[in-house]
Amino acid sequence: MIRFAASRLLSLTLSLIMASVVVFAVVEVIPGDPAAYMLGLNADPDAVNALRDELGLNGTLWSRYFGWVSGMLAGDFGQSYTYRVPVSELIAQRLWVSLPLTFLSLLISTLIAFPVGLIAAARRGKPSDYAIMGVTQLGIAVPNFWFAMLLVLVFAVNLQWFNAGGFAGWENGLFAGLKSLFLPAIALALPQASILARVMRSSLLETLTQDYIRTARAKGLTRAQALRRHALRNALIPVLTIIGLQFSFLIAGAVIIENVFYLPGLGRLIFQGITQRDLVVVESVVMLLVFSVILITFLVDLAYAAVDPRLRSGR
Amino acid sequence: MKLPIQLISGIILTSIFIAAVALSFVWTPHDVTILTIADKLQAPSEKYWLGTDHFGRDMLSMLMVGARTSIAVAIVAVGIGIGVGVPLGLMAAANRGSLLDEVIMRGNDLIFAFPSLVIAILITAVFGPSALNAILAIGIFNIPVFARVTRGAALSVWTLDYILAARTCGKRALRISVEHILPNIANLLIVQGTIQFSLGILAEAGLSYVGLGAQPPTPSWGRMLADAQTYIYNDPRLAFLPGIAIVMMVLGLNLMGDGLRDLLDPRIRRER
Repeated sequence: MIRFAASRLLSLTLSLIMASVVVFAVVEVIPGDPAAYMLGLNADPDAVNALRDELGLNGTLWSRYFGWVSGMLAGDFGQSYTYRVPVSELIAQRLWVSLPLTFLSLLISTLIAFPVGLIAAARRGKPSDYAIMGVTQLGIAVPNFWFAMLLVLVFAVNLQWFNAGGFAGWENGLFAGLKSLFLPAIALALPQASILARVMRSSLLETLTQDYIRTARAKGLTRAQALRRHALRNALIPVLTIIGLQFSFLIAGAVIIENVFYLPGLGRLIFQGITQRDLVVVESVVMLLVFSVILITFLVDLAYAAVDPRLRSGR
Repeated sequence: MKLPIQLISGIILTSIFIAAVALSFVWTPHDVTILTIADKLQAPSEKYWLGTDHFGRDMLSMLMVGARTSIAVAIVAVGIGIGVGVPLGLMAAANRGSLLDEVIMRGNDLIFAFPSLVIAILITAVFGPSALNAILAIGIFNIPVFARVTRGAALSVWTLDYILAARTCGKRALRISVEHILPNIANLLIVQGTIQFSLGILAEAGLSYVGLGAQPPTPSWGRMLADAQTYIYNDPRLAFLPGIAIVMMVLGLNLMGDGLRDLLDPRIRRER
């Protein structure tokens, strides 16, 4: 287990180094002069030079890259050019919206998908199975930002149960905060829940063909009992994989959904950074998102190996 | 052989969109480049079958021309994935266990680990929003998908007897890959291509929705939805139509992909 963890840790580190090089190259090297880009076409050359100094662009590429990475490792993400505050401060504020949003939608998606997948598998070939498969097929095809607009139309504009956008703020109580995140979380969760329910169903059906299930049935267990006592736990491994993968989709999806609902999260911060040409913000927030996705993948890998010893030996 | 029902419905749905796109090159009910402000936000009528948008443009014509953008972006993005990913996967499989294999697969893992939409946003933000950059951003993430599928399938074909026969005939790895491996894994690639195509349509819609895809005046479904958001209180129809178009197109492709997989994979066919 320790050897496995060490090898995964090595590949995690390599991925992070490569990822930082790619983000650095895309933001700071390929566009030419970042300072000129940030100030626009008609910028005063003196102002560009001043910004070059401020951003430390006069150093060599290597020193800039190492400065950026070592700064981030120490929690210093640089100074936002438009907000004039440390980017780490902006991130800390926005994280309190994005993180709860991601977890809430992961929770909703799992809570919907598990029972739905289970019912479909238990009633394979019956009308309820076909209905579930049809609805989830549709759920996969719905773009989450469009679903978000429909939710706003029904629950905010017509029924007026929720606000159409904006964030109430945690200082106004847990309920107010969760209420503003509820519709966005549902919008994010629906396509993921559809995928997850289908994976859950097919994984259960696959497990039900195994010999030990036949043995259990031969001992006199009903199909439902065999499913509950023996198949469920074994069927969960591929389901967990998908949940891990979905984290990455949810992070990316949140970037767009936050814009639909005007939520002050990391996704909106990226877009504000883009429209204001604040490359320091864009670079750091993108790196942070990439980092969290790579980290989650690593943790999921470790979790499997802990659950299933077979996965530890080689890939 | 009996065709699965989902394959038929998938093909029908997809054909409708492809036919609409083909038709849009020679005829649309109205010209989408002409703004008739006097006719703005009209309900469906004999003149405008699906009504008009906030600039008085015919919605049906906008949807037809918008489909071009979605389909073109998705097709080229899948093309990039196949064009680069399949040769990489074939090379990795032919040199199994070698340094080349390791480098290709680790490189794939790396791209896989990136949240694709975030990077697509980064690319389009830095290089400027355009359909071309959207294609590149979506296409890059198709490469590891195809490389992985190709390598996995090719590895199992490499163990078969007729490959051994080909090798004893003196054929080299490149020739075997092209002549024997590729035709035998084409099924899988077609299925994967359909799936990536539908994902590409969703990704393009998302990018244009946030303003990072095709730029005006080129109509695209994502942009139409973004414009509709302002009018959602007055005229939700503007938000319904492009959304339904996206769902139907993606649904059609997914059904077709599932149907093809069932048809081409004998293991699943037996279970049915």
